[in-house]
Amino acid sequence: MSFFLETLAGGLLAGVMYALVAIGFVLIYKASGVFNYAQGAMVLCAALTFVTLTERDLPFWLAGLVTLAIMVTLAVAVERVLLRPLVNRSQMTLFMATLGLSYVIEGIAQLLMGASVHELDLGIPDLPVALGPIQLSRFDLVAAASAGALVIALSLFFERTRIGVALRAVADDPQAALSIGIRLPVLWATVWAVAGFVALVAGLLWGARQGVQFSLTFVVLKALPVLIIGGFTSIAGAIVGGLIVGAADALAEIYLGPLLGGSVSTWFAYLLAVAFLLVRPAGLFGERAIERV
Amino acid sequence: MSDTILELADVSLAFKGITAIDGLSFAVRRGEICALIGPNGAGKSSLLNILNGVYRADSGSVTFEGERFGRIRPGSAARRGIGRTFQHAALFGPLSVIDNVLAGLARHSRTTLVEHAFGLPRDAAETRRFLQAAEEILAFLDLASYRDRIVSTLPYGIQKRVDLARALAARPKLLLLDEPMAGMNGEEKRAMGSFIEAARDTFGLTVVLIEHDIGVVMSLSDHVVVLDYGRKVGDGPPEAVRNDPVVIAAYLGKPH
Repeated sequence: MSFFLETLAGGLLAGVMYALVAIGFVLIYKASGVFNYAQGAMVLCAALTFVTLTERDLPFWLAGLVTLAIMVTLAVAVERVLLRPLVNRSQMTLFMATLGLSYVIEGIAQLLMGASVHELDLGIPDLPVALGPIQLSRFDLVAAASAGALVIALSLFFERTRIGVALRAVADDPQAALSIGIRLPVLWATVWAVAGFVALVAGLLWGARQGVQFSLTFVVLKALPVLIIGGFTSIAGAIVGGLIVGAADALAEIYLGPLLGGSVSTWFAYLLAVAFLLVRPAGLFGERAIERV
Repeated sequence: MSDTILELADVSLAFKGITAIDGLSFAVRRGEICALIGPNGAGKSSLLNILNGVYRADSGSVTFEGERFGRIRPGSAARRGIGRTFQHAALFGPLSVIDNVLAGLARHSRTTLVEHAFGLPRDAAETRRFLQAAEEILAFLDLASYRDRIVSTLPYGIQKRVDLARALAARPKLLLLDEPMAGMNGEEKRAMGSFIEAARDTFGLTVVLIEHDIGVVMSLSDHVVVLDYGRKVGDGPPEAVRNDPVVIAAYLGKPH
């Protein structure tokens, strides 16, 4: 029983980190209805910048600030160069633009900072902590706690503040939002900057876990089932989706793995996502489209 | 302040060779309710879309508050004080009534993002002020009882009124109303008409509206402009327009 609980808790902690990546997508999707393919590249870019700066002996806080400044600059540039000329174009056009953007960001980041694997030590020892009958990794606990705090701060910011109202207004009808004087450029740049900040935190946590390298862009692939299960438009959905995927992944690996010859966690989340697509296409918390016929 | 708030000079617009507006000129006096009438396809909605920058005129110019422009973008039109409602109430459906009206206040925000994110005193004061302004507008349009309802669940007639509330929240100088009474019954139309008049008197607005119900137009407006195939066929006070034979032939129908 305690083994089951340990597996479950470990999975849930990993799930919070999936949720963190998924939230980067939700933010931009809510503001512009676009699936931002470049989110993974932003995670890589943030982690790579941070690790390069700390290797140059910058203290953590300064490296963090400089990286954040770079991510905000990137957000403003993306709004100027990419989004503004494409306003009111189809979602597919914008998706293709973010696809291109992801290669540009990856290319430039690796051109400037190289493609080798960097080790990132955040100074959190990865020692087991006993919690009653179960043992958990201290790093996982800290990572999940910081991801959880960020997630709660973001949901409060976007649900409770006037920017949140403007954001939901723009997502619903950009033309009407413009006509009442909502500043779309400012709003988009803000959302991309916040998504950049989320990418930075995700990049640090995932980078510390598996090394800062090109494959960080693939944490995006873990976010996809999370988004399908939780819904693309809901921050709460991203959290719950992340927890479900994390727990299901861990449990399937332990209990189904031996029966099927291992590596269950690489595909189990997608199987779950497909099942959700069949039953609840908008996800658990997504807004279901109701159309008048 | 000059007496004329809005002046169009020789404005034309065509879609792929089909003329929507053809050399249109007219002026709107400050504080009046000006009605645009004309059969379907006469170019009325296209004209509103030019005025708030959704479309760009092919030629001619628009002068608003003494400033002449060939092209204005919707965002800057809103900030200059041109507000509008939409023919098919383009409200933010998933949001509550109060949030829709609060969104209309966005252009008056003076606080920075950082102040906003951390709820600093100046931002908290602004939030209180906005909320109060929004509540006042809801009370003014008799919408207070719908305050927390989700807009997409409300009846159409109420939605049209929320659309008006959202536009009024931005405190425009010129308000463009695209068929504010479409789909309403007689009683609702009269109510909407008196809301529009009250808004004009209270906020010192100038109103340009599109309406098909000729009875409503004659009783509500100070000035009527008649369009037909993108050209102006009548322009004047309602009584004069009603008796103009050219207008009667184009729009009101020949007497039988």
